[in-house]
Amino acid sequence: MPHVKSLQCRECESTYPVEPLNACEYCFGPLEVAYDYEAISQSVSRDSIQSGPDNMWRYHDFLPVEREAAIDISTGYTPLIHAKNLGRYLGLNNLYIKNDSVNPTFSFKDRPVSVTTTKALEFEFEVLACVSTGNLMGSVAAHGAKAGMKTMVFYPSYLEQAKIDGAAVYGPTMVAVDGTYDEANRFCSELADNHRWAFVNINMRPFYAEGSKTLGYEVAEQLGWKAPDHCIVPGASGELHTKIWKGFQEFHGAGLIERSRTKMHLAQAEGCSPIVEAYNMGSNQVRPVKPNTIAKSLAIGNPAAGTYSLNVLRETSGTAVSAYEDTIIAGIKLLAETEGIFTETAGGVVISSLKKLVKMGHIGKDEVTVAFITGNGLKTMEAMGNFVNPIKTPPDYEAFQESLSTQSNGTSEIK
Amino acid sequence: MSTKRIKFTFPQDMVKRPVIYELSKNYQIVTNIRRADVRDDMGWVVLELEGQEDVITEGLKWVVSTGVRVDPIAGDVIEG
Repeated sequence: MPHVKSLQCRECESTYPVEPLNACEYCFGPLEVAYDYEAISQSVSRDSIQSGPDNMWRYHDFLPVEREAAIDISTGYTPLIHAKNLGRYLGLNNLYIKNDSVNPTFSFKDRPVSVTTTKALEFEFEVLACVSTGNLMGSVAAHGAKAGMKTMVFYPSYLEQAKIDGAAVYGPTMVAVDGTYDEANRFCSELADNHRWAFVNINMRPFYAEGSKTLGYEVAEQLGWKAPDHCIVPGASGELHTKIWKGFQEFHGAGLIERSRTKMHLAQAEGCSPIVEAYNMGSNQVRPVKPNTIAKSLAIGNPAAGTYSLNVLRETSGTAVSAYEDTIIAGIKLLAETEGIFTETAGGVVISSLKKLVKMGHIGKDEVTVAFITGNGLKTMEAMGNFVNPIKTPPDYEAFQESLSTQSNGTSEIK
Repeated sequence: MSTKRIKFTFPQDMVKRPVIYELSKNYQIVTNIRRADVRDDMGWVVLELEGQEDVITEGLKWVVSTGVRVDPIAGDVIEG
């Protein structure tokens, strides 16, 4: 049995039975899963985890679903790479890249969606649904297919065709919503209220959010059962940032690692940085913004977990930074050219923000630092523009030698 | 009758205006505040509205026209 006690309001701490609820009836605050940590401590050990599968389900004791029922497309236990080349460039000896772009649908979303789909079946939902502009829709469509559920994917009608195709291939019902972002947002929120569908990040949100904790567990295990000194996490709703931190805390609570002193830094794009703005103003109120960024997967103007992310920043002495829009592509290229990892725009935000944090003196050269790369670059090719300038040559050896000596196409800033 | 859970976010220039009172008075909507944080420079209120569905829709259009932001209580549900 999963070690779940109840759902609990993050604001007033009222408790609720484990049902598909996402808001407190008293204060309308968000709910999250409350666990019996004593029972978890008694059932889990480093050995029990290491003898589990090579995916996120090795941490099933910390998740709110039955392991045996897991809808598992082999998500997680992604590589943690010692980024020596990028580290050398930045002056960091212990820089690591957590490459979550190699998950089954090429983003970290497979973690929360795997948990949610499993829970949706447990609740006997017949329809799995989401509203998305990219990574989430692909993951929901894939997990819905694996689970044999009817799957509904809603998306704003202005979305790029490649993203639509990337979800449609799994066979869900695709629904293009006309109107502005805000109108689509309100419409889907109302749909979730009026249909008995498992909307992964609306009525299933408490369970959905839990899946992201596994990124924290994995990093701690892969570092030899210890939390890093610094994490740089991309910020959209702010939930990933809070859940990686929760992962470290739960591992400590279960006696698996020493107390974490990790500084949890948050990276947002300049064109959509409501949490960074609140952090810079010393406020615990997040002012909603209208997103205008090439980092579409981070374009959440009214972040659901913004205030909780601010709490984590304060609690861990982390820093929130925004990446200038014109440095995001440079961040993508820097990671590709140094470590051979092609990330999407959110990863460009992380690498650009990492550079900023180093420049600001927040990261010591020997401190263990983990940058979270959460999506694959092939998903945001449109943002790269036309950056290829090939050497042109006729099919002739002498001419090629001449072309090579007279034309330059070097694009790397480190070469 | 229907109910709707909603969040209003007030910019600085709207903090002092009794928008919720005006909404209730002019549209025959029952307003029930559950949580709020209002300061000099901004504020937000989470509340439940009860009334005829079309009246609530009209009322919320008016709220938006005043410059107050209207969102679902869960924030943005569209994810990347």
